Amino acid sequence: MQTLERIIEEHPFFEGLDHGFMDLVLGCATNVRFGKDTYIFKEGDTANTFYLIRQGNVALEIFAPQRKPIIVATLGEGEILGWSWLLPPYHWKFHAHVLQDTRAIALDGKCLRKKCEENHDLGYEVLKRFAGIVAQRLESTRFQLLDVFSAQK
Amino acid sequence: MTAAAAQFDAMVPSACVLKQVTKETPDTFTLAVARENGSGENAFAPGQFSMLWVFGVGELPISISGDPSKHDELVYTVRSVGKATHALVSQKPGTEIGVRGPFGHGWPFQAARGHDVIIVAGGIGLAPLRPMIYEVFQNRAEYGRLVILYGARSPRELLYRKELAAWARQPETQVLVTVDYGGIGWHGHVGVVTTLFKYARLHPARSVAMICGPEIMMRFVTRQLQEHGLQEQNIYLSMERNMKCAAGFCGHCQYGKHFICKDGPVFPYAEIAQLLDKYEL
Ligand SMILES: Cc1cc2nc3c(=O)[nH]c(=O)nc-3n(C[C@H](O)[C@H](O)[C@H](O)COP(=O)(O)OP(=O)(O)OC[C@H]3O[C@@H](n4cnc5c(N)ncnc54)[C@H](O)[C@@H]3O)c2cc1C
Repeated sequence: MQTLERIIEEHPFFEGLDHGFMDLVLGCATNVRFGKDTYIFKEGDTANTFYLIRQGNVALEIFAPQRKPIIVATLGEGEILGWSWLLPPYHWKFHAHVLQDTRAIALDGKCLRKKCEENHDLGYEVLKRFAGIVAQRLESTRFQLLDVFSAQK
Repeated sequence: MTAAAAQFDAMVPSACVLKQVTKETPDTFTLAVARENGSGENAFAPGQFSMLWVFGVGELPISISGDPSKHDELVYTVRSVGKATHALVSQKPGTEIGVRGPFGHGWPFQAARGHDVIIVAGGIGLAPLRPMIYEVFQNRAEYGRLVILYGARSPRELLYRKELAAWARQPETQVLVTVDYGGIGWHGHVGVVTTLFKYARLHPARSVAMICGPEIMMRFVTRQLQEHGLQEQNIYLSMERNMKCAAGFCGHCQYGKHFICKDGPVFPYAEIAQLLDKYEL
């Protein structure tokens, strides 16, 4: 069985992270599992955690009054779930609905935020990595907004 | 046949009968068509297209979406987007339809032998790629791994769902499907087709990629493939611009120095990279 340390070290999100920083990150990590059809978090809840998905599939859902809920993205193996823990007011903006049994590493955002405040080099490394993910998701959302498969072009 | 006779021949539709119409999605139908004289002269290469003539309406280019090893009929998958396509998908079995072709340069299946094949399709773009997928399965030993990445707008707009599931069960094959918008009840991926790359097991150095979909999608996909290390010369795209004669005479489908009808519709990316980014060409 892989240790928590190995899993985090081998995760692409932490690739190249200095060993000293890795120890700080590890102190905030735990192994978690979520059953199919449960919710990891719901819109409006306090966001104090993020997840490295190891296996499974999680849908980000939005609900709007008088409309059916829609899934805006799904996240699977190797992906990062959640960045609302990083910026005030630390509230989730979506529901995270488990579509398939999911295993993940949960990282305590509060604990990591504190360590990042104390050590700005670690803070820079973490922010740089999240900025990459946010940029990728923004590009995908722009592409999605183009609605390229609609009949009207 | 003289060159002039061959040119004339390319312009004359042959009489065919619509044998079967199958609904794929709310606006997309698969049509099976056979020659009226019963001849089985229906050989085509994956990626080629025909000009289909709907009497009283007009003529339109449609890719052949059937199995290239079956010569008794021609199969097309048509999305109703306007007057001609609507008329075509509304025809009843038994109706006469004119067919010209097959035309154009299709997918480079001979050059792809010995390589892994990456198929990336968006929406109706899976139709012109389906014959290539059949070609790989029929000559399985000739090819390496087959990776199919397919994106559609929503779950109900996915083509060939049963076949996708059957292909996914084949050895040395990975099929990943995504939709731009998923409703509750859809348990597959949601996100644009490029988001599938992170789940695809690719070996870029030994792969040939074939892409068909809206041009903007092909641009995003090509960029991703290059970021994954695929060489420009191993990426092929099907360009589906409107055309009239389909035989390279009229210039209607001119695209830079190319005529899509006779030089394409499939082009190596390296040949059209400059044009793909140009607005309003
Ligand atoms: C080589 C080639 C192969 C094709 N293969 C297929 C196929 O297998 N199945 C299929 O359903 N269609 C295919 N097409 C597209 C098809 O020919 C057009 O959708 C059709 O000609 C539109 O005619 P219409 O009178 O129904 O629509 P129009 O009234 O002419 O147009 C309706 C709408 O569709 C858009 N449109 C028209 N032509 C195209 C096009 N080529 N690409 C994207 N949008 C278009 C128009 O901009 C407009 O918004 C192919 C086109 C080419 C050039």
